[in-house]
Formats: sequence, C-alpha cells, structure tokens
Amino acid sequence: MNTFEFLLHGLSIAMQPMNLLYALIGVTLGTAVGVLPGIGPALTVALLLPVTYKLDPAGSLIMFAGIYYGGMYGGSTTSILLNTPGESSSIVTALEGNKMARAGRGGPALATAAIGSFVAGLIATIALAFIAPFVVKLALVFGPREYFALMVLAFVTVSSAFGDSTLRGLTSLFIGLALATIGIDQLTGQARLSFGVPDLLDGIEVTTLAVAMFAIGESLYIAAQGDRGPDKVEAVKGSVWMTAADWARSWKPWLRGTAIGFPIGAMPAGGAEIGTFLSYATEKRLTKHPEEFGNGAIEGVAGPEAANNASAAGTLVPLLTLGLPTTATAAIMLAGFQQYGLQPGPLLFATNPQLVWGLIASLLIANLMLLVLNLPLVGLWVRLLTIPKPWLYAGILLFATLGTIGANPSPFELGMLLAFGLLGYVMRIFGYPIAPVVVGLILGPLAEQQLRRALSISQGDMTVLFTSPIAAVLLTIAAAALIVPLILRARGRGEVLSQLAASED
Amino acid sequence: MKQFLIASILAGAVAFSASAADYTIIAPANPGGGWDQTARSMQTSLQQEGISGNVQVQNVPGAGGTIGLAQFASQSNGNPNALIVGGYVMVGAILTNKSPVSLKDVTPIARLTGEYEAIVVPAESPLKTFGDLVEALKKDPGAVSWAGGSAGGTDHIAVGLIAKAAGVDPTKINYIAYSGGGEALAAILGNQVTAGISGYGEFESQVKSGTLRLLAVSSDARIDGIDAPTIKESGLDVVVQNWRMVAAAPGLSDEQKAAVTADIEKLAKSASWQETLKTKGWQDTYLAGPAFEEQLAKDISATETILKEIGLVQ
Repeated sequence: MNTFEFLLHGLSIAMQPMNLLYALIGVTLGTAVGVLPGIGPALTVALLLPVTYKLDPAGSLIMFAGIYYGGMYGGSTTSILLNTPGESSSIVTALEGNKMARAGRGGPALATAAIGSFVAGLIATIALAFIAPFVVKLALVFGPREYFALMVLAFVTVSSAFGDSTLRGLTSLFIGLALATIGIDQLTGQARLSFGVPDLLDGIEVTTLAVAMFAIGESLYIAAQGDRGPDKVEAVKGSVWMTAADWARSWKPWLRGTAIGFPIGAMPAGGAEIGTFLSYATEKRLTKHPEEFGNGAIEGVAGPEAANNASAAGTLVPLLTLGLPTTATAAIMLAGFQQYGLQPGPLLFATNPQLVWGLIASLLIANLMLLVLNLPLVGLWVRLLTIPKPWLYAGILLFATLGTIGANPSPFELGMLLAFGLLGYVMRIFGYPIAPVVVGLILGPLAEQQLRRALSISQGDMTVLFTSPIAAVLLTIAAAALIVPLILRARGRGEVLSQLAASED
Repeated sequence: MKQFLIASILAGAVAFSASAADYTIIAPANPGGGWDQTARSMQTSLQQEGISGNVQVQNVPGAGGTIGLAQFASQSNGNPNALIVGGYVMVGAILTNKSPVSLKDVTPIARLTGEYEAIVVPAESPLKTFGDLVEALKKDPGAVSWAGGSAGGTDHIAVGLIAKAAGVDPTKINYIAYSGGGEALAAILGNQVTAGISGYGEFESQVKSGTLRLLAVSSDARIDGIDAPTIKESGLDVVVQNWRMVAAAPGLSDEQKAAVTADIEKLAKSASWQETLKTKGWQDTYLAGPAFEEQLAKDISATETILKEIGLVQ
C-alpha cells in the first residue's frame, strides 16, 4: 500500500459508527476538563488516558485524539469568555478574544477559534502525513545557537507587539524575566532566588502566573470598581455567527498561523506558545485595522489559535519519526502507544503503518468532531456572559482556584496565585500590559538555557552565535524588525506604513 | 452549563480524590515522565490484581522530586495508604538542592525497576569505540560535550564517574543538561554535541535504525539483546543503574510497614506487572527489606562523594 491507501484505510476504520462515537465522547470529555483554568491538555490527557485502556487499539487512539484536541480547544474557550487561559499556548488568545467577548462578539471569537483550529489541524495533520520526514531533518539542524537566535527574534517581535508604550511593555517583560530566574538552574542544578523555600525550587508555574494575572487580577479590578464599573456585558451584539467581514479577516491569519505553528511545533525545543506569540506579532503588523488590536481584533484570535493547533500536530513529527516526546502531552501519548507495544521511532512508519495512519486518520476525525460539537455550542457558551457580574466573577475565582489546586495541590501555590493576582491588579491600575510578564516567564529560561548551552559547547567562543547560517538569518530578521520601524518613524511614519499596509494584497 | 457541571465534578474528583482511595500514589514529577509512568503502571496493576480496590495517582512535580517528597513527608505522616514513587535521581536531587527532607524522612519499601545508562555518539562521529571517547576525554575534557538529562541526575553522575575512573578531573567535564532524554536525543541526532548519555530505552530505536552508535552500557555484565560492551570491559570500573523505588509514609508501625511491603511484593510478582515491565522495557530489579535498605545507604554515600567531586555539592 502507498501513503494514500494507508490514509484511506485508516479513515475508513475511523469512520465506523462506534469509532465516531468514541471520538465524540473523547472530544466532549476533553473539552469539559480542558475548560478548567490551569488544567492544560497534558493533565487532561493524563487524567483521562485510563478511560481509553478499556477499548481496542483503534477505538482507544481515536478517543485519545479526541481528548487531546478537546483539551486544547477547552482552553481557548475559557480564555476567550473568562480571560482565564488554561495553558500557556492560549494566553495570546485571551488578549484579543476576551476583548471581543466583552464587546458582544464572543460568538465570532469562539467560531474563528474553532474553525481556525480545524483548518490548522487539517492542514498540519496532512503535512504530518506527507512531509514529516523532511520537516524533522530541518528541525534537527536547530542546535542551541539557532534556538537562541529564534528566541531573540521572538523577544523583538513580541515586545513590540504588546501595548502602545514600548517602555511599559518592556517593563512588564522584564518583570517576567526576573520571575523566570527563580528556581533551580537547569544547567548546573543550583537553586537561584528560592530563599530556602522548597516550593520555589521548581520556579514559577506559567499557568499559575497566567491564571493569577488574567483571572484574579481582572476580578479584583472589576470588584474594586464597584458600581462605577460598566454595566453587565452585552453578551451578543450583532450576529452570534461570523459575518462575511469576519471570514474575510480570518482566513489569511488561519493560513499564516498554520505556516508559523507547524514548523515551530516540530522543533524539539520550539514549544507551542512561541508559535502563538510570533503569529500574534505577525497579524498585528499586517492588519488593516491596527486600531482594533488591543480592543478585540479578530485576526488576533484567528492567527494564534491556528498556530496553536498546527504546532500541536507539529509536535507529532518528532514523536512519530524519532520517538522524541517534546512536550508533556507528547510524553503521555508515548506512554499510550506503549500500551499497544508500539515504540515510536525512526522505524515506526515502516514497521507499524496501520497504527500510524490510524492515528493520523483519528486526528482528522477528532478535529472534525471538535467542530461538530463546538460550533452549535457557541451560542450556549456565549450566554455564560449574561450571568450577572458578581456571580460570573465569583465563578471565575472558583474555577481559577480549583484549577490551580487540581494541577498542583499546595497552599503555597494558592498563595502565589493570590500574590500575582494582586500584582496583576496593580499593573492594570497603572496601565501596564499583563501579557509581556507571562511571555518573559516563558521565553526567559528558554533563551538563557540555549545561550549557555551554545557557549558551553563552543567553550566560550561567542562567534558561534553568528557563524551558523540559520542563526545569522534569524538574527538579521530580528535586527531588521527592530531597526526598520525606527527608520520608518524617522522618515514620516504614517505615510510609509499605511502605504505598506495598502500594498499588502 | 452542563459541561461546566461535568467539569466541576471532575475538578472535585481531582481535588478530593485522596479521601476515597485505598492507596494514593504521589508521582513527584510531571505527567509523562518515568516516575509518573511508574506510578500509573502501579495503579493499573494494583487494581487489576485486586491488591487494592481504588488507587489514585497525584502529580507533585518539581526539583528532581524533592518538592513531592517534602510534601509527602509532612502531609502523610502515619498514613498507611500513602505511597510515593522515587529513585536514584531523587538521591542526587536531595543533595544538590540541599533539601531539608531526605529519604530518611519516609519509609522506603522496595526497589522496583531499573535501567542502565547507554553512551552513544552520532553515526557520523569519528569516535568508533568507547576507548576512542575516553582518549578524547583525556586529551581535552572541555572539548568533549555530553548531552544528557538534568544536572546532578543519573546521567551527569555517570559522566562524572567515567571521568574520575579515567583519571580526568570531574570538575572539567563539559556536561550539557537537557530537561529530558528527548531533548538531549535531538541534540545528539543533530550532531550538536560529542556524545550522549541516557537510559538505554531512550536510544534503543535510534541505535537499531543505525542513526546512533552505541559505545557502551553501564551494567555489570553484558545485557542480553544489546550489542555493546560494558564500561567495565574498557578498564574503567563504573557501574551505574538508574533505579526506581516506592516508599511509604513516615511514622508507620511495624505491622503497617509489613502490610505495605506485602502488597508491593504481591504487585512486583504479579503477571500484569511483569507484562508492564516487558512492554515498557524496564528491568525487574525488585529488592525489599534489609537488603534494599543496605543498598540504598550505599548508593546515597557513593552519590554524595561523586557530586562533591563534580562540584555540584559543596
């Protein structure tokens, strides 16, 4: 059988009614657990994996794929509606998505997230099937210096994309970078800034910080406004569905997000959140509605959500071709495969084609089920916002706390949740953007580790950072991203930039 | 709203699972890692074999397991239903993190599984044998970069022991720590480092497909089915095993300890556990009672010595 026949065979198995039912159950369970803030796809899958053990391999893989995609999408739903990102890769979604929900456009935000996830998942899964062996070769070329250059690029693009004031954005970013140095230094095993508190040894959990800054900070801010705050949010303004204009503004970000997310997910040290950051920065730069960014631009939801899902499929590239689990979720998947005596690795496509193609077919089906389950529910989800404000925010606090406890049952973690919630509140009052703090916490350790690894391998020779062609190209793009806007600004910013925007398509 | 209800029920199950369980096993690591897999495999076998009706696994990740260990020691005192999974990495982490809680503060029950270290180089590497690698290390320790797991963990300790046995200053080794075997594997495959060291299972499929060359394994004698010499054969007296164990809560009576030990022995001898060992590729290293306690004490003092020599512990 060739590639196509394997895929068709896999699809025909996955389309059997019982298997479709398993997919539906998986997606439903995954979404239900995934909506809890602080519980990301990894924990969702770990909790629900035993459920799949009772089924035959095909049914189990399909339910598993459903749980995985469901868990990912559940995180986006709470990000958009409640501003409580369930995992680091849906933080960016909360930025624009929640603003849209607050403006009565929660329906289109959820829909563009669901359809974008579907489109990205579809393209990325097909890419996984056909070009995985080539992508993985490219990904392995990335060593510490190339990753460091990629992080530099991410820093430059991201810090210019959040908020209007560069100074405030950078201040927030550096708060995040400072928090990132807490904990055991991975390269030497020595504790830094932990002040003898064992709970700090492992550093600050990204989801705890994100849930605290977004959900707790927001709740405090609203509560402090008392009756002076804006009245109940208008749940639905205009159509609950995407309008023609929404479609027109969404499809290009979906495709761009996929193109950014898939290769980054395939890199062993890429990480889904970096794809979402780069996608957000790209959309903000290319949009024809720059004034809407920060106030609920649909591109800012469509792009990162697509990037997020594409990178999840990208994660499977090193997993299936090399047996490399590069994320916690992938590691759990590996454990799931082993139940069937399946050892992912370079020979997997040759020795177990049925199961591999069965998995890829399952992912396609699960992706479709996700759309089937969630699109009709958009109207229902949106009505969450009509809950009176005191109840709504009490509920958000409850779920934020439950999620944090569920992920890490310790009183200290709850204390951190509260402390960072207060920090988020103070930063809101003084007009500092929240997202760069979380971005700093995620990117800081990655950049530091890769830089030190590169220098350790070269025994301290700094020139290695520039002598690799890939690193050189990435650093040049980063430098251009930093310098070009300055030049444009100096030469009469408005005209040139708007011309650039106008000639974009 | 229905989904929210389901979600909150599930969350409740997560948060309050401890009260309903016959055994609660703490996996002091993130989902997906070795300790998590050990705990979840124990859960499956304990339930399947009818040793325990209801087993819950709880992840308390961080700092080489010392965060989970500290929480376990303080919260489970005298609770005969609480278990924690741990291993050799924890022994090192307790020392490097200056953890206030050590394995003395819990009740070690038994060693369950183990895995030997494998030393590999990329297929295109000029180093053909373990002897070549040792020669390169003797010539310029800094020029030989080793990719492996977390700093102070089994992989790092093994490299330190190899250097010491070869007469090279262990503080001079150029060890590049990665968060897990997977990320390290990518660096080795991408030819970013000189050599790689990790559990054999991490490298198995790559070695079989010929993309990595297996130079040596850290066992006492050659392992069936693995075509590689031991480190010992090359004249360096280094044997390292990354073992995993299970411990019970502190403050148990002798009867309670005996009951837990009996349950674990039943588990280790059960058909489903033996099956799990086979599918996961884990060695059965079951050892309990005084023999285990003696071995544990020996491992702890040997680890402390080498970590001091590498310079990770003062």
